[in-house]
Amino acid sequence: MKLVIERREISSALLRFSAPIASIGVALFVAGFLLLASGVSPLEAYKEIIIESLGSIYGLSETLVKTTPLIFAGLGVSLAFRMQIWNIGAEGQIYVGAMGASWVALFSGIQTHWIMLTAMFFAAFLCGGTWAGVAGFLRARWKVNEVIVTLLMNYIAILWVDYLIYGPWKDPKGFNFPLTAQFSDTARLAEYFNTRMHSGFFLALFCALVLYLFIERTVWGYEIKVIGSNQRAAKYAGMNTGMAIFFVLFLSGAIAGIAGFSEVAGLQHRLQHGISPGYGYTAIIIAWLAKRSAIGVVIVSFLMGVLLVGGDSLQLLWQLPVAFVYAFQGLILFFLLASDFFIIYRLKFVKGGAHV
Amino acid sequence: MTDIIAIKNIRKTFPGVIALDDVSFSVSRGEIHTLLGENGAGKSTLMNVLTGLYHPDSGQIQIAGENIHFTSPRDSLACGIGMVHQHFMLVPAHSVFENILLALDKVPNFYSRKKYKEKVQKLIDEFNLDLDLDTPVWRLSIGAQQWIELIKLLMRDCKLLILDEPTAVLTPQETARLFNVLRKLKEQGKSIIFISHKMREVMEISDRVTILKKGRSITTRVRGDFDESKLASLMIGRDKVPQWQKNLQMSDEIVLDIQNLSVRNDRGLSDLDDFNLQLKKGEILGIAGVAGNGQKALAEVLTGLKNTNQGRIYAKQKDITNSNARYSYVAGIAHIPEDRKTIGIAPDMSVDENLIMKSFKSGSFRNWIFQNKKAIKRNAEEKIEQFAIKSGPDGTPVRYLSGGNIQKVIIARELSEKPAVLVALYPTRGLDIGSAGYVHKVIADGADQGMSTILIAEDLDELLKLSDRIAVMFRGRLIGYVDPRNTTREEIGLMMSGETPGEKV
Repeated sequence: MKLVIERREISSALLRFSAPIASIGVALFVAGFLLLASGVSPLEAYKEIIIESLGSIYGLSETLVKTTPLIFAGLGVSLAFRMQIWNIGAEGQIYVGAMGASWVALFSGIQTHWIMLTAMFFAAFLCGGTWAGVAGFLRARWKVNEVIVTLLMNYIAILWVDYLIYGPWKDPKGFNFPLTAQFSDTARLAEYFNTRMHSGFFLALFCALVLYLFIERTVWGYEIKVIGSNQRAAKYAGMNTGMAIFFVLFLSGAIAGIAGFSEVAGLQHRLQHGISPGYGYTAIIIAWLAKRSAIGVVIVSFLMGVLLVGGDSLQLLWQLPVAFVYAFQGLILFFLLASDFFIIYRLKFVKGGAHV
Repeated sequence: MTDIIAIKNIRKTFPGVIALDDVSFSVSRGEIHTLLGENGAGKSTLMNVLTGLYHPDSGQIQIAGENIHFTSPRDSLACGIGMVHQHFMLVPAHSVFENILLALDKVPNFYSRKKYKEKVQKLIDEFNLDLDLDTPVWRLSIGAQQWIELIKLLMRDCKLLILDEPTAVLTPQETARLFNVLRKLKEQGKSIIFISHKMREVMEISDRVTILKKGRSITTRVRGDFDESKLASLMIGRDKVPQWQKNLQMSDEIVLDIQNLSVRNDRGLSDLDDFNLQLKKGEILGIAGVAGNGQKALAEVLTGLKNTNQGRIYAKQKDITNSNARYSYVAGIAHIPEDRKTIGIAPDMSVDENLIMKSFKSGSFRNWIFQNKKAIKRNAEEKIEQFAIKSGPDGTPVRYLSGGNIQKVIIARELSEKPAVLVALYPTRGLDIGSAGYVHKVIADGADQGMSTILIAEDLDELLKLSDRIAVMFRGRLIGYVDPRNTTREEIGLMMSGETPGEKV
């Protein structure tokens, strides 16, 4: 008997749908052992996660607060994935987006509410876009690997923002804390239901819709899909693939940058250290789970929001470390990649050796 | 003479492809045995079976009368079978000696450099090779690098040497030296399997010739029982030339004029060398030639994928050599690529979407910035019906289609813009007879409507059937034109080997 890996002719729709769900199930199962090892009942813990994140207005609003930046960053990353471009730098793009928006909020002196917010939005958009655009340019012009560039630029972005808030932008009245001054009311997004939930969430949904139409309905979306499916064929059909790579990475970073705007204008109301606790990295998992679909990004971001909020409560209730939430995310991605393998291949037992 | 190896009824299939159907031949001690066949006849697969890379589905390999199963290339080397590949397996930064040492498997950790050097030097002297052991490999000519590969095998004491088109990269002088070495090896009792499709060399060096065609060994001929034209017609097939009734409505208007075109590849060799070609309006111009004699470069230059080094290309008197001009012109050239899956389609996208890949920006398929899905769908329905594409349920990714249907999708797309020129590279390769016939019909119909076609194909039958004229290429040069209605495959075969210039039409 011998085990042979065989490519499937056609992967059924049922398999493609059920495999990700099954892999989340397996991830939950394995994470259960981690919980057991920490002396926590897995079932209790999972119940706690659901109740804390969805069981009350407060919980739900907190979940949506976490979901919002995840949607932006996830959309950005998934747009690039669509073209087989790997933007690992959403985290850094969130930071420079936040920086751009903060600069407008703090120093522009604009007095009108909607002009201020629009200006902040575009500042974040341009900053995030330019940040990723560097990687796009290098990739398009000299085939520099965009994974490395986007990843390394995260550190630059995060440290740069740190420099600003520890140095020139530090709030003089902030008792030497690493934060900028609070934004004025003109530079704040509306909040709802007496919770921290803000209109950034609706902006995120709107963004998802626009991106969906962009990809599925426009001529450019078509071009991106062709390039993503087969770059050589695209070139041969006369498409300017270099320009498209730059453009898509720019847009990808710009959308991630909006997450930075939404965080500072809607939630923090100032620029401070650690404005994103790794949303940009979670976005990579989200984009993968969502299978590159904009609607999928919204759904998966929400699930991740549930996990983050629920994970917080696990920390409070059982003093579990935050690393547990990261480990759990890692497990999900790990099993998801494995499930991808089984969608494409099947294992088969054959008798005897391979040769006669 | 004793057989040192006998191959009996070897069959090897890959999913959907029969690479080797039924191949039998044997090699005697001290024999140079040539394998002759067109590309795709199964030569490489057969060699991979002999060197243990592939396992045959059925059939036997016998060495000294005993059945042998190779499980890896190591096994076949242990049996004394060695191969010089077309692409050398050398470490460019290392010296000649180091490369040879690398190939030996019983070198002790503390070895006497001097002793091994003497051994290698002895071999070099014996064959009168011009090779300095301490020169780094990258500084050597291709021919010298081939010596190293050969010495590697001799150091391992291989009894059977397989040389895969060894002369493809050699100059005539280098070839002559190689042949001298091969003869000397033969005298020493080594056996050699020589793979080539250059008639003259085959005539010169072979003791026996086995002809492979479509995965079968058709015949083995002993020296004296073959001549060049016989081999050529055996290799290509003995079917009668089908007479193709075509209206000769070809005008004298020249739509494409290529003058003294030279294109060099990455290795600095000439893919096209002072190449000239004229294409007339409404004609199907067949390009005959052994694969690798510049056909691909020609297609790539015409379709804008490759740049020229020298020479001019005129389209209707307009100079389009300059790449920018060419790109805009190229947009009007339809191109059926050789490698349909890697550059012809976007495999994950639907048939509908693939059909508009070249025209997606045109007004008929868009409303402002949005795609006109209705028009795209309508276009797909039309094309699917017109070209009889079996496309599966709506939205099926193209990669699930069969090779023939993928080819139809490409052809439907390329011809939809009513191009003035079609460049078709092996358009029926790998297609079943039905699909291939359909492709022929489409090309012939296009010609009736004034489209000029450059048809590059391996199958002489196909060229003879379709073409109005056939241009024969050899080593990137145009050897001459022949008229398919009054030529013989022998004549074309000879021209394909660069021998005699045919009569101009």
